[in-house]
Amino acid sequence: METKELILNMGPQHPSTHGVLRLILSLNGETIVHSVPDIGYLHRGIEKLAENRTYLQFLPITDRLDYIAAFPNNLAYCQTVEKLMGLEVPPRAQYIRVILTELNRISSHLVWLATHALDIGAMTVFLYCFRERETILDLFEMATGARMTFSFFRFGGVADDLPREFIPKAREFLEAFPACIADYEALLTKNRIWLARTRNVAVISAEDGINLGMSGPSLRGSGVKWDIRRAAPYAIYDQLDFEIPVGQNGDVYDRYLVRVEEMRQSSRIVRQCLDRIPEGEIRAQVPRAIKPPAGEAYSCVESPKGELGFYIVSDGSERPYRLKVRAPSFVNLESLPVMMKGGLVADVIAAIGSIDIVLGEVDR
Amino acid sequence: MGIVEHRFGENVLTTSIDNLVNWARKSALWPMTFGLACCAIEMMASGAARYDFDRFGVIFRATPRQSDVMIVAGTVTKKMASVLRKVYDQMPEPRWVIAMGSCATSGGAFKTYSVIQGVDKIVPVDVFVPGCPPRPEALMYGVLKLQEKIQQEKFLRK
Repeated sequence: METKELILNMGPQHPSTHGVLRLILSLNGETIVHSVPDIGYLHRGIEKLAENRTYLQFLPITDRLDYIAAFPNNLAYCQTVEKLMGLEVPPRAQYIRVILTELNRISSHLVWLATHALDIGAMTVFLYCFRERETILDLFEMATGARMTFSFFRFGGVADDLPREFIPKAREFLEAFPACIADYEALLTKNRIWLARTRNVAVISAEDGINLGMSGPSLRGSGVKWDIRRAAPYAIYDQLDFEIPVGQNGDVYDRYLVRVEEMRQSSRIVRQCLDRIPEGEIRAQVPRAIKPPAGEAYSCVESPKGELGFYIVSDGSERPYRLKVRAPSFVNLESLPVMMKGGLVADVIAAIGSIDIVLGEVDR
Repeated sequence: MGIVEHRFGENVLTTSIDNLVNWARKSALWPMTFGLACCAIEMMASGAARYDFDRFGVIFRATPRQSDVMIVAGTVTKKMASVLRKVYDQMPEPRWVIAMGSCATSGGAFKTYSVIQGVDKIVPVDVFVPGCPPRPEALMYGVLKLQEKIQQEKFLRK
């Protein structure tokens, strides 16, 4: 009998592609022979936009790169401009930044867990995760006035001090949160359906992951202990006590375990920061006109997706000459064809969910 | 349905039937999940535990064939525009469109070479919801406004 490969088009309008990703799959029966991600459906020209805006005017646009986790984007961008200008950030501002960034990591992982579980068929987890996420968003709203797009960090500090009610409310959340994680784990970790859908699915080896330039929890799932917060500490991470969870097999299940553990570690970091936060200034003395001296700088942070970096070339004017975003989702997406090769077509959505991409960041 | 639509004058029978049809249509607005960017996350939040869109009979469907309203949540780029139109054409009539957020309304912050400056250039829009991104309450208000609009429509009447 003569057989031939079937080309299957998935997306860009598909509920499980986490945005507008399009995949062109070549199938032999149910097995994936070859797959090509087609990106650019959300290309908004953000890097070009930066060249026509002043440094401060570009800050709100960074929120819309990885819109699920806007604080790490703010942080990476401010950090790069601070590096260009040689600004020192006061300790209180550093603590505020870390508290908000880590809470944002939890809320980002909650969105990931919610959508990933929903794709595989666990509706309850979706509702639970969004319930806790709303509590975190309440905290953000209290501090910044926005739910998702904050633009709260400034060059040399933060826009405003934390309101007085923030710290008790944050503690209240952190006390309730471990029980919530236990709830999600009770629903998933030993669930036979979940195990069947995630174990030994979309495996990627540590070597392949490193060669493809992967970073973040997607790489740590393969057993590589690489985290910018430890490898090249920024802000106050060198003074904080936390573990970096790693997986062993590099499958969807291990990446799930890594992210769940990261939520625990992030709450640990926030708790330490709330205990130690010093009094003092929230912003350094910054000139009114932001005009970094001519030169270039690269600075990166560990965003919930991986290494998020900004590379800015300044010509001494008030606008960046060139701005490049090193987006973790874009690089991690390149591992998808490697992961899925030889896998089943039904596992494609599990693989997409497990690398946690955000198309705003991929396409920019 | 083309046989009876818009063929009768105003009388007690036609207005009552129109009322009934409109009530049925507005009470089970099934939106299609057309999540494009940031607004899609707020759209998901609207459907989740705290805001609970199911109260209004709004149940998200993953396919255009089963849905009545398309919530365009996010930036529409030139590459996406043809897909958006194709999906809209696949929806059965009567159909409505909500443009959620500044990007879908007017291009928002992205006045660049690749972004469509308002989704109303591609499909007819019924309700615009401002905000970047709009809060779930704002989207809810938009849906309620659309329900009001549907209640005014004419089915049997000319």
